[in-house]
Amino acid sequence: MKGLLPDLDLVRKDFPILERTFDGGETPLVYLDSANTSQKPQVVIDTMVDHLERHNANIARAMHHLGAEATEAFEGARDTVARFLGAPERDEVIFTKNASEGLNLVANTVPLGAGDVVVTTEMEHHSNIVPWQLATERTGAELKWFGLTDDGQLDLSNIDELITPATKVVALTWVSNMLGTVNPVAEIARKAHEVGALVVVDAAQAAPVLPIDLASMTDEERPDFLVFTGHKVVGPTGIGVLWGRRAALEALPPFLGGGEMIATVTMAKSTYAPIPHKFEAGTPPIAEAVGLGAALEYLMHVGMENIHAHEEAITAYALERLATVPGVSVLGPADASKRGGAISFELDGVHPHDVAQVLDSKGVAIRAGHHCAKPAHQRFGVQASNRMSSYLYTTPAEIDALVEGLEYVRSFFKLDQ
Amino acid sequence: MTAANLEAMYQEIILDHYKNPHGKGLRDPFEAEVHHVNPTCGDEITLRVHVEDGKIEDISYDALGCSISQASASVLNDLVVGKTVDEAMVVHEEFLRLMQGKGQVEPDEDILEDGIAFAGVAKFPARIKCALLSWMAWKDATAQADDRALTEER
Repeated sequence: MKGLLPDLDLVRKDFPILERTFDGGETPLVYLDSANTSQKPQVVIDTMVDHLERHNANIARAMHHLGAEATEAFEGARDTVARFLGAPERDEVIFTKNASEGLNLVANTVPLGAGDVVVTTEMEHHSNIVPWQLATERTGAELKWFGLTDDGQLDLSNIDELITPATKVVALTWVSNMLGTVNPVAEIARKAHEVGALVVVDAAQAAPVLPIDLASMTDEERPDFLVFTGHKVVGPTGIGVLWGRRAALEALPPFLGGGEMIATVTMAKSTYAPIPHKFEAGTPPIAEAVGLGAALEYLMHVGMENIHAHEEAITAYALERLATVPGVSVLGPADASKRGGAISFELDGVHPHDVAQVLDSKGVAIRAGHHCAKPAHQRFGVQASNRMSSYLYTTPAEIDALVEGLEYVRSFFKLDQ
Repeated sequence: MTAANLEAMYQEIILDHYKNPHGKGLRDPFEAEVHHVNPTCGDEITLRVHVEDGKIEDISYDALGCSISQASASVLNDLVVGKTVDEAMVVHEEFLRLMQGKGQVEPDEDILEDGIAFAGVAKFPARIKCALLSWMAWKDATAQADDRALTEER
């Protein structure tokens, strides 16, 4: 199959969990839930263990060997993130606990008021809707959104009504976690920047699969803020990233107050540290940041272009195979080159929970439910869906196992009788 | 999960109730209507109760969800309609005891009848909420109907 990683067998050996079996070894794991969380290569596990075993100390304040080593490891991870994103400056990389915290940080600090408009989209994860609802309710600003076309693309037909001089923020996902759609971020950013709006990009699903090079984007097309989470890029949970343009970050007030984010403190007033530390109050998740650094090094070693090609090949194969199962209908774009690695689908006559439960009995792990994207489900008139999602370790044989599993679901619920 | 566990969970009785739910649809009259959702999966139910002289005359409902939640609403309707509120509460408690028993509880068949088929579901923590959705909605609606009756008496 064209596009697959040439060393797929070796890549799979890097992920010890893929050896898991169930039912006393009879049923191998078929992990198709990577858009939910990705599995971790041995190098990430080892790097975190090594950090905790040999280098653990608090950072930026401990005046001893270990403190220096921990600080170097933590700040080294920041350098790696900057390289991964092609960030113009490494100090523009803020560590958060996840993508949601990054979005909340921006939504809580961007100045908004009555008459201002925030624009989001109907295909967002709840984490890029709810913070903006809270922000607009608090400030009196108005929340508007792009709708979706029937084939799961953003409906840009009313872009001139949505993006006007009143628009202060345009917040959108790069890749939809439900529909898989890859959005035209550059085009929308250009439009938003014409009216002086800030562009906030949720890259939680994009960072795992799309090569990102912020520095090579034109100034008009580069977002102002971008977030992603560590655990979807083969890193640990508990660590995420907010990247922001230096000027945009400097213009925002601090979000959380505390240690590490100050320049000086008196009882009457404090002054704040420069970025990135201004937005990193308290002791950060140090081992997790170090683990994230190792994860991104791993992905860059495999090559993001190669991973993207692999995802596209697996997605195309999955779309083709799913189409052979009677009663399956896929939500979102039908063209693999226009989507990420998440494929949501319905199986006519069986609720997604029941599909997932029966697939699980065959070792096949998928997600069932609304995938934290209720509005997008409502748009397509479905209450819940099944979602398979692949990653760099997914094989065509695992897609075959899913399809066989779906045939078993059909027979289990006697759909042909 | 083994195939045997899967069969234990999806008993024929459950699949029958799922395909042919008893008492489905919203009906008048009713004293209270509630809407409950399972936020993790989006399953939802709108449920009405009609209580007269302390007796449950009707439970009508409209629900979206998996086989477990749909079958459970159907069984609820079977078991509870026609009983007094006090009798129904005993059934409710027994069903709750079964579902929260981590698969270790031997259900009382005299009380639960078809409801004992849910014993297999109790072994799957992720699905217990599915089975309880309609039962919790019914308890809530009945309490509201009760409050209303008391207020009217005064």
